[in-house]
Amino acid sequence: MTQHSSAATAAAAGVGDPVLQTVGVTKSFGGVHALKGVDFELRAGEIHTLVGENGAGKSTLIKVLTGVYTPDGGEVRYAGETVHFRRPADAQHVGISTIYQEVNLVPLLSVARNIFLGREPRRFGLIDVGAMNKRARELMAELGIDIDVTAELGRLGLGSQQMVALARAMSVDSRVVIMDEPTSSLETAEVETLFRVARGLRDRGVGLVFVSHRLDELWELCDRVTILRDGEWVHTGPMTEMTRLDLVSKMLGRDIEEVRAEGATEFGSSHLKAGEPALVVSGLEVANRLHGVDLTVRPGEVVGLAGLLGSGRSETVKAVYGALKARSGEVTVAGRKVRTGSVRGALASGVALLSEDRKAEGIVPDLSVRDNIALAVLPRMSQAGVVSEARIDALVDTFMKRLRIKASSPDQKVRELSGGNQQKVLIARWLATEPTVFLLDEPTRGIDVGAKAEVQGLIDELAEQGLAVVLISSEMDELVEGADRIVVLHDGHVQAELDSTDLSSSELLAALAGDREPDSQSPSPATNQAAKQAPTQTEGQHA
Amino acid sequence: MSTTTVDPATSNAPEAALANRARFASLVQRQGALAIFVVVVAVASVSFDSFASQGNITGIAVQASFLAMLALGMTFVIMTGGIDLSVGSVFALGGVLAAWGSQHGTLAAFVLPLAVCGAIGLVQGLVIARGGLPPFIVTLAGLLFARGLLLLLSDEGATTYKVPRGSSFRELAQGELLGIPYPVILVVVFFAIGGLVLHRTSYGASVLAIGGQEDAADLMGLPVVRTKVLTYVASALLAGFGGVMIASYTSSGVTILGVGTELEAIAAVVLGGTLLTGGAGTVLGTLVGVLLLQVIKNVINQIGSLDSDWQSVVSGTILLLVVTLQRVLTRGDRT
Ligand SMILES: Nc1ncnc2c1ncn2[C@@H]1O[C@H](COP(=O)(O)OP(=O)(O)OP(=O)(O)O)[C@@H](O)[C@H]1O
Ligand SMILES: [Mg+2]
Repeated sequence: MTQHSSAATAAAAGVGDPVLQTVGVTKSFGGVHALKGVDFELRAGEIHTLVGENGAGKSTLIKVLTGVYTPDGGEVRYAGETVHFRRPADAQHVGISTIYQEVNLVPLLSVARNIFLGREPRRFGLIDVGAMNKRARELMAELGIDIDVTAELGRLGLGSQQMVALARAMSVDSRVVIMDEPTSSLETAEVETLFRVARGLRDRGVGLVFVSHRLDELWELCDRVTILRDGEWVHTGPMTEMTRLDLVSKMLGRDIEEVRAEGATEFGSSHLKAGEPALVVSGLEVANRLHGVDLTVRPGEVVGLAGLLGSGRSETVKAVYGALKARSGEVTVAGRKVRTGSVRGALASGVALLSEDRKAEGIVPDLSVRDNIALAVLPRMSQAGVVSEARIDALVDTFMKRLRIKASSPDQKVRELSGGNQQKVLIARWLATEPTVFLLDEPTRGIDVGAKAEVQGLIDELAEQGLAVVLISSEMDELVEGADRIVVLHDGHVQAELDSTDLSSSELLAALAGDREPDSQSPSPATNQAAKQAPTQTEGQHA
Repeated sequence: MSTTTVDPATSNAPEAALANRARFASLVQRQGALAIFVVVVAVASVSFDSFASQGNITGIAVQASFLAMLALGMTFVIMTGGIDLSVGSVFALGGVLAAWGSQHGTLAAFVLPLAVCGAIGLVQGLVIARGGLPPFIVTLAGLLFARGLLLLLSDEGATTYKVPRGSSFRELAQGELLGIPYPVILVVVFFAIGGLVLHRTSYGASVLAIGGQEDAADLMGLPVVRTKVLTYVASALLAGFGGVMIASYTSSGVTILGVGTELEAIAAVVLGGTLLTGGAGTVLGTLVGVLLLQVIKNVINQIGSLDSDWQSVVSGTILLLVVTLQRVLTRGDRT
């Protein structure tokens, strides 16, 4: 935050004045009306949240604000004047920096390169690599992230990549900072850091837009809220005047009473856990990452994996799935040994993985919703190489309804769906394979409250039918309520095992924090803690 | 801050180890061709007395210099995730135009080919970057266009333009400084500049970013269109300049040159460790790739009994070998 630009001086002036506005903005994609006359106003020195269901138009509005899309109608105003951004660079030049929903950085380039792409420090006209790395190191240190800034970005976990995106946004002096679901792949500690940075920016007069489906974060951080529903503006007002029930009912367009009637998460009580273990992992080792992980999951059991960033949760499930090469260790599914390091082997024995990074490892953006869902079941659905189209259509239809996937038709390309709806497509794909062991890495990432409950309900239902589930979630509530047992990982090995029946999310957090500092001063897990009175909703159509 | 810092031990150790591993893998990726090059040169020096002679080495260097120019441009194109199939034809066209131009003075011998080739590159670049058409198709059209233009100019190859006797233009490729032929010096200078441009300018950073993740580059506000256009212009200019050099070297505009040279250039780039999908690579690697191809040719010529068709067979085999090696050594490395 040392770079000087005209934006910096301007930002000092007029806290409370509108900096970025839309007036009656419309945007359609073919027949889909993503925005229908949206009015939005961001003031200097406030943190403003955009709220809405998956596919409500939040990301589209952000892209219209930042020159990725040109609006079909209405106008965008910046510092009181009508502007026509033709490309993202135009918006950046006047002082709007944006973290888009999917991490949009270049995996093959170094962390430092990614932070400074397009505005590298120079000396004698040439990029000063030394200075660049040094400043990158300072920025990452400021964010409390200890990584090698010369390492390829693509080798970092999603959470660290997200922090790099934050560092990039921080490294310029902006009047406006927009963050589309920045916390969806972050842990509590990183979320706290991000909030600290966001508040710091606000106090310096910057206007911030913040999007998150973790609703508790909104009260913790935001000053005002604008609610969108189906591309339409519904409400704008101070966050403090808004109850959670109120917010959810406005966002879903349903009665407060109706919303209140439903519970916190859709997870039911504990499941029966009898019989032979469905999954046994013993002594799993992955070079530099896992140092002997043991794990047992019985049919019908949901085992949560908890741990801090870098503790090896994602690596554990990836290694079980064969996507990461295990150095040693054994994986047994339903009594039969599975060859490690082979995805095909894992799939054949009934192991499915919903991966953390849907963009890199799951979704096929240019295929239709239907094809993406059917991808993994094709072998099973075909007889002598002939695929039963009707059966696939029926299956796709069921999942699209059940998970409320918002798409113009099953033939729409997945690329065109909103982030949350892409995630739902992935979940549907794996559920359709009817696995024996289901590894879920952040299954509800980026999914709105309604659909979240639906997904949780589905997981629960499947567990009741005897599926063994391994659940990773950085949302403590989801873990505590969803899992029967929680395995805490630290630095690549199992540190503790907790029975989650009488566990609260704060106790779990304390257990996680315990291995960091001997006397951690109340790990302030404000996130997710106030969630108890938190009602979410479903269509209530459980079988 | 104290409560939010991630314990360094949790995140740092594996990250660092992985980074080291990554560096090793990328070293292999970049230097695979170099290793084979060293082996081939060593074996050749021992086997053939004539190989290590100064005359032969200089010959190899000069012969390689023309391909090197094309391959330099190709490196940038491939790094943006594109491909330029037109460079072989553009190279030949540049040569004919230079020989023709030299009849009207040395300045014309430079300006004419560079202007025409630059224009071809500009059109290709605009159609690719603005029009969003696939580089493969656009530059295939460019290949046909440049070859056709060349045949028109030379009456289907019947007319060969000569560089006038005593023209100072001949000096460009035939002259030397301290015993080093100018083409070799030019290649060294161009590659040094190329390396600097790629790693130390914002244009170079954009090239790598576009090849790595084009939509991200756009969202980060990088000048995607401008960078791509510039890259195709540079590629055509370098190919044209290669043509200028060869016209000076042969003192004429040879119309049959450059057929399939674009593929040789691509082979050199890939040998040099640049990812065919874009986003990573070095110009130095490309230079090694070019030299390796040229040394193979030379060695096969030295084995008098072997038909020169063996050049392609051996080059192809080595290409496959190096690419497989790179693949094997970098596999299973990504998390
Ligand atoms: N490029 C596109 N082509 C076609 N339709 C699109 C495109 N981009 C967005 N849409 C549609 O516009 C609607 C709004 O999508 P948007 O991404 O803005 O939702 P969102 O509110 O950000 O949702 P989420 O919470 O899931 O991220 C969706 O119905 C989506 O399918
Ligand atoms: Mg979105």
